[in-house]
Amino acid sequence: MASLDDLKKRISSVKSTQKITKAMKMVAAAKLRRAQENAERGRPYSEKMNNIILNLSSSVSDKENAPKLLQGTGQEKTHLCVVLTSDRGLCGGFNSNIIKKAKLFFQKISNENKSLKIITVGSKGYDQLKRQYKNNIIEKLSFKDSKNINYFDANKVGKIIIEKFEKEEFDVCTIFYNQFKNVITQIPQEQQIIPLKTENEKDQTNNESYEFEPEEDEILSNLLPKNISTQIFKAMLENSASEQGSRMSAMDNATRNAGEMVDKLTIEYNRSRQAAITKELIEIISGAESL
Amino acid sequence: MSEEFKVEIVNPEKSFFSKEDVTEVVVPAFEGEMGILKDHIPIISFLKPGIIKVLSQSEEESYFIEDGILEFKENNLSILTSSIIKVSDLSKEKIDKIISDSEKESSIEDLDDQKKFLIDQKIDILRSLN
Repeated sequence: MASLDDLKKRISSVKSTQKITKAMKMVAAAKLRRAQENAERGRPYSEKMNNIILNLSSSVSDKENAPKLLQGTGQEKTHLCVVLTSDRGLCGGFNSNIIKKAKLFFQKISNENKSLKIITVGSKGYDQLKRQYKNNIIEKLSFKDSKNINYFDANKVGKIIIEKFEKEEFDVCTIFYNQFKNVITQIPQEQQIIPLKTENEKDQTNNESYEFEPEEDEILSNLLPKNISTQIFKAMLENSASEQGSRMSAMDNATRNAGEMVDKLTIEYNRSRQAAITKELIEIISGAESL
Repeated sequence: MSEEFKVEIVNPEKSFFSKEDVTEVVVPAFEGEMGILKDHIPIISFLKPGIIKVLSQSEEESYFIEDGILEFKENNLSILTSSIIKVSDLSKEKIDKIISDSEKESSIEDLDDQKKFLIDQKIDILRSLN
């Protein structure tokens, strides 16, 4: 059994850990609120963008000559996967959930004998993938220095993707991120952005006759690259809200566990202190009896 | 009033600006300046760098944008743009900075004509503001 001194030290170290996790929880809670607000404020843009693209793509007359970003290259040989993760740890299953989802997808691709290329955004994703998929990772990005999620960063990622697409380095692009549902639940998502998957034209009512200036094709080919940046930006916003939510619940758990541990250790400490006192008493009494 | 319609300007971060009682909006459309009044035909258009003017009965506001898309439908005008600044907030230093950045960008050799045209346009507009 550990000595009294050791127990005392352990109790105080667990207590200080608890203080840290508690503070992290508070910080995450504050950041979560901001991240959530940002995610909500960013929504109108991506929704409107989506609407316009839907309208446009349904009115493009010449499906054969539609931009490749919409139509695809006609084959599905090379997949590019963009895995969006966080730059910091201590956020529960946040990163591993995305990675798990992504690895499942990678497995599927390699089973179908298609080639795979990976771009990681966020250093944690790179750390987790580099062991197994080192040769597939063609680019690793991290926006540790930017304080807030901003469109500029998303645009950078978008530009890289477009550039690679134009050089025909891949045929299909999929992004992986966590969708924020609530503080406890974040759902890892895979979303195909190239070629763009349009909803199966379910809102036919939306099919109004728009006037276009310049031609539809020209607008589309200008708009689609922007849409990719927008989708990535949306994913980054969702991700940051998820990260904070995940961290908050992870830290909440950690604080509670530390509390339980302190209780257990305190009981053990009291018991062994009592045992030591009893032992001393017995010694004294038996010493007195023998006289 | 009958001559008014709704405008919303959205950038990726937030809904930047929204107003219910607008009488006219002048935008730098791709093929020239375009004024939009109530009951305009539904239109989707591309914007080039320039000034958006929002006119209402009481006031007139101007914004500088670098790019954007415009959608007008059922007397709702939405403008999506990635960079927008209110003209009255543009200081001389800011303008100079954007100009010098753009000049650097336009000096890259293998730029296609359309991009070059847009950047030159941007520089011209900013010079005229100065």
